[in-house]
Amino acid sequence: MHFDTGDTAWILASAALVLLMTPGLAFFYGGMVRGKNVLGMLAQNFVTMGIVSVLWITGVYSLAFSGKGKLIGDLHQFGLNHIWQQATGFESLTIPPLVFCAFQLMFAIITPALITGGSADRMKFGAWVVFCALWLIVVYAPVAHWVFSPSGWLFKLGAEDFAGGTVVHANAGAAALALVLVLGKRKGWPKERMRPHNVPFVLLGAGLLWFGWFGFNAGSALGANTLSAYAFVNTNTATGAALLAWILTEKLRDGHATTLGAASGAVAGLVAITPACGFVSPMGSIAIGIAAGVICCLATGLKTFFKFDDALDVVGVHLVGGIAGALLIGLLGTKMTNGAGANGVLYKGGWTLMGHQAVAVIAVVAYSFVVTYILAKILDKVMGLRVSEEQEVAGMDLSLHAETAYENSSFSDGSRFLSSQQSAN
Amino acid sequence: MKLITAIIKPFKLDDVKTALQAFGVTGMTVSEASGFGRQRGHTEVYRGAEYTVDLVPKVRLEVLVDSPDAEKVIDVIVKAASTGSIGDGKVWSTPVESVVRVRTGERGVDAI
Repeated sequence: MHFDTGDTAWILASAALVLLMTPGLAFFYGGMVRGKNVLGMLAQNFVTMGIVSVLWITGVYSLAFSGKGKLIGDLHQFGLNHIWQQATGFESLTIPPLVFCAFQLMFAIITPALITGGSADRMKFGAWVVFCALWLIVVYAPVAHWVFSPSGWLFKLGAEDFAGGTVVHANAGAAALALVLVLGKRKGWPKERMRPHNVPFVLLGAGLLWFGWFGFNAGSALGANTLSAYAFVNTNTATGAALLAWILTEKLRDGHATTLGAASGAVAGLVAITPACGFVSPMGSIAIGIAAGVICCLATGLKTFFKFDDALDVVGVHLVGGIAGALLIGLLGTKMTNGAGANGVLYKGGWTLMGHQAVAVIAVVAYSFVVTYILAKILDKVMGLRVSEEQEVAGMDLSLHAETAYENSSFSDGSRFLSSQQSAN
Repeated sequence: MKLITAIIKPFKLDDVKTALQAFGVTGMTVSEASGFGRQRGHTEVYRGAEYTVDLVPKVRLEVLVDSPDAEKVIDVIVKAASTGSIGDGKVWSTPVESVVRVRTGERGVDAI
């Protein structure tokens, strides 16, 4: 086995960049919840880093990447046994297998963490810990195997997903929808408006996500080369275009371009370019960014229309953005960027690639939704997923963690005024 | 004795304080307040969803005065706090039964 030190160094650095995305996501989400729930949100994201770090090297990496099964891997590399062997189908990699394992670990951390934005403000901490561990095994491992592992059935079919538009984003979005339906609405939603308590945190989190995403996408080239450069540039370009498209949509619809909209647009662009960044041209990435900015901005209205309390728009941004990006490869995919890829409709490749992309999207979304729904229902029966009404009103921070984020209690309901002053009027 | 209470725009606090000191008022209590009158609140938009904020930030200023001074003090506050636009606030006075200075135990007008 020949290892390239440049490739190895870049993937190790990328793994660290991708890890930083989860604290970034925690602040992105944490700023959007009310001030009494911000620690609850940060805690769910941080504990996910703990849970997945341990489970991944113990056995889940092996389930996702070892063996020749079409539907799921095996336990050949349980406990990182035989880790000197490359994952099945990755024999030509120029990085040590343990580096690949570490890089993939970071993807496995952020995927369940994305779900916390849907279930925000009402899920028990212990229930999240158990849900997260089981979901990693029964949903993430098989889906990652289908799409990322060359022995997986969707990979063999020819479906393209460079860095996880289906495996990470559509998967987490569908799971969030299922979990939200089992959990039910937050008390008071949608009549009572729940205002983001710290928009600067949201922007800080979005900035960290954008930065870390270079590891996520350019690292997914699994080497330091021209392909990783395409992924890097496409990622940045689509993100910029989506940011502009989202705030323009808002400006035309609501009359204001908002900072929250700029952050949301950037994340929507990052999501949509994720599957496509190693298959499209930089001009194509602008089209994907614009589409993601407009579509995701409009899709955040779905929850109000269909009455599901997806608190922080995991469906509107990650499910819809992930699907949009995966399908747009079918139009914009080009062999000029990646010789191992296929040409899309606009590059005279016909509709074959689009068909493969559609199959991948439908399979991942359907599997993730159904299995997550069943898992959540079982856990709800066995241990109860939701906090008591009294705990919900008091806030996750105090009732679940015996802490509060802010000394000034006027922040506790996300409003800048004390509730006693409100009732006095 | 009277307690003068004024609800004013926060940025007018310095003007009112200076005018009252010039008039000879020796003490006051100021607190942050929030509420609404004819000005009403404002609307914020997050991801397309509108949030109405009813309560506008204001400053509440309280001054204890001897009864004959009350109307004059009210005039001083109104003059200094006025901008002429909606949301300038309100001033009112209420009778006060007794006042004690904590340090010396003085009572009534001497304690003001």
